[in-house]
Amino acid sequence: MSSKTSLKNSVIDWSSTIDMIDNVRIDELGVKERTSSLATRSIKRDSKLEGLMKIVSMCDLTTLEGEDTEGKIAQMSSKAMTPDPSDADVPNAAAVCVYPSLVSTAKNIVRDSNVKVASVSSYFPSGQAPLESKIVDTQFAINEGADEIDIVINRKAFFEGDFRKVYDEIVSLKEICGDIHLKTILEVGELETYENIKKASLIALSAGSDFIKTSTGKISSGASREACLVMARAVREFADSGYGVKGIKVAGGIRDSKDAIRYLVIINEELGAEWLTPEYFRFGASSLLDDVLKQIKKLKTNSYQSSYYFPRG
Amino acid sequence: MNNWEYSESIESEKIVNIEKKYGNFIDGKFVTPKSKQYIETISPSTEKILSSISIGNQQDVDYAVASAKEGLKKWSKTNPSERAKYLFKLARLIQERSREFAVLESLDGGKPIKESRDFDLPQVAQNFFYYAGWADKLDIAWGNEQYKPYGVVGQIIPWNFPLLMLSWKVAPALATGNTVVLKPAETTPLTALLFAELCEEVGLPDGVFNLVTGDGSTGSHLVNHKDIKKIAFTGSTGVGKYIQKSLAGRDVGLTLELGGKAANIVYSDAALDEAVEGVVNGIFFNQGHVCCAGSRLLVQEDIEEKFIKKLEKRMQTLNVGNPLDKNTDVGAINSKDQLDKIEKLVNEGVADGGDLFQIECELPKNGFWFKPSLFTSVQANYKIATEEIFGPVLTTLTFRTPEEAVEIANNTEYGLSAGIWTEKGSKILWTADRLEAGVIWANTFNKFDPASPFGGYKESGFGREGGRHGLLSYLKVSS
Repeated sequence: MSSKTSLKNSVIDWSSTIDMIDNVRIDELGVKERTSSLATRSIKRDSKLEGLMKIVSMCDLTTLEGEDTEGKIAQMSSKAMTPDPSDADVPNAAAVCVYPSLVSTAKNIVRDSNVKVASVSSYFPSGQAPLESKIVDTQFAINEGADEIDIVINRKAFFEGDFRKVYDEIVSLKEICGDIHLKTILEVGELETYENIKKASLIALSAGSDFIKTSTGKISSGASREACLVMARAVREFADSGYGVKGIKVAGGIRDSKDAIRYLVIINEELGAEWLTPEYFRFGASSLLDDVLKQIKKLKTNSYQSSYYFPRG
Repeated sequence: MNNWEYSESIESEKIVNIEKKYGNFIDGKFVTPKSKQYIETISPSTEKILSSISIGNQQDVDYAVASAKEGLKKWSKTNPSERAKYLFKLARLIQERSREFAVLESLDGGKPIKESRDFDLPQVAQNFFYYAGWADKLDIAWGNEQYKPYGVVGQIIPWNFPLLMLSWKVAPALATGNTVVLKPAETTPLTALLFAELCEEVGLPDGVFNLVTGDGSTGSHLVNHKDIKKIAFTGSTGVGKYIQKSLAGRDVGLTLELGGKAANIVYSDAALDEAVEGVVNGIFFNQGHVCCAGSRLLVQEDIEEKFIKKLEKRMQTLNVGNPLDKNTDVGAINSKDQLDKIEKLVNEGVADGGDLFQIECELPKNGFWFKPSLFTSVQANYKIATEEIFGPVLTTLTFRTPEEAVEIANNTEYGLSAGIWTEKGSKILWTADRLEAGVIWANTFNKFDPASPFGGYKESGFGREGGRHGLLSYLKVSS
């Protein structure tokens, strides 16, 4: 892929960003129609197994609860490294995603593996704090050893029409991250319209995010396939404009393999197979992995197994 | 990076039961044809022989028309709500057996199973439900004017949407109290034959629906039969003209639904990604074997380069292949004849100076196939810009202003459909007002509803099918 020279740390200037935002035109019905048409793809046998394995490798195993403890994080991190000890073909998950205060716990466990530690920051999930606080929050997570940072966009500024502020904040946080992967959460359930989702996507991408992510998982409306399609097209437009190759993370409410495969199909057909790697596509989920593991077993052995055959995460 | 190839996901053929040989369906039963002449119907995706059908001759048509005439005596006196019951029954049976019909349609005609399953069959059932609903409300459809059925109606249908075109014709004809002699296309007769079995199953009175298979000669016998009171034809403009000449001077009703060369107008203020989808759907749906296909892309000059780039990229993701694979987007060309015609026109387009883009894909060894194709650098006088190709070939023209877009769009002998793509509502209305086309879609394409009339301007034919207006194709003023 020629465009693989992903311009790390690159920030697209504000006036080019505004040009892109001003040209956002989306037809809602067209988006829905395309999404439902892609949902009819019939993924069977080898392609299904291949897809499920990819999904495991793209999972950001996540827990973001007040009740999270070092014990819980240890369990989950261990599972991320070896999701199915009974099957050597099953890859490790991409990352574990935790609150900043638990980053070092996770990091200690996954240190010698390929599993990354992602931390939410910037006053996740609301983002209702001054930039200074968001910077402190993010810096702390990085100091603790986070490999990836998941921030939220400033929806207050977005809805007040202050797109520049949304952009500037992300730019500032990316500056602190440096080479650390920055995933920017749009919270599509709050943005609601596809036009908003596309605009926010383009702002986040221009401001230097490595990934755009659908949702926090903290409001009732999480990821949707339509939002994923709109974001994929924003990423495509960004790449086609020569601004670099960026990734997408879908999170919030994706619980079963069938649904996850439909997301893969969207990425496959809208962006291309180059994006079907953990480097460019992720699932943020807590219970998805177990269903995927079950389906893999089913494909290989032709029978379903109970959850208790798989380690807890 | 390896592509994520979708494994084959084939809809099983086992569900269909195809006879070795078929007769005609006349007077409520399958009968041995008098012609004794048969042709094979093959699957265009494999060239495998599926069955043999008869080429109906004069005697076969005579028998069918006589049966329809006899059937009319009872059918015209049947209580309208009773007529509705038969149509409702047919609609429900079609739904119940839709998988069987869909597989058969894809086998015999080459269209992708996802289209026959998700588009054709649901539409077919809806048409029967819709006209079943009209059967007992005809007296309130047109105010004080009184209408009566023609009587015996001859219907000749094409090979691109075999069962759907049957439903467009048979459902309103029966609902309005006519009896029917139907001739399906010789390359795609199987779903019509299965429909005849359904008529037997629901106990439709004898002679109300008759089916004679055959080719152009059979159709000609039907058109020229003295007891036929109305001809409804869907097909090529050439044959349509022949039929109209044949009927000159006779008191026979006629509706024609003929060719098209529809413009899909993309303004620079359109939602481009969605427009790309609509343009792709407009021309590659059913391999472009669609009379209302958006076969001329009219794109505003300032976005041409960008749009074509997006379009080519999208086209490359189309899966071409086995129609029974659930992931196939573009199936087989319906016949060798049609493939030859497409190839000839495309070669002429290249010779004229058009730039041809075809997607990279492997085509199956057997069967009839044509790669999804896009022409750019086309001038308005090229044949590919004016003639109906009826294949997966899109021709691009550019325009500068809305006035010019309308001028180019209307600069054709046809006028069946058109598409408009812009985010600006006022521009949609302005443009639609000036386009000479029977159906105009805005920010979408190929949308159908039984309640919405369909038909053409100019050489695309006359008469409407669908909706309340569709009833008028089978009724005449009571004198």
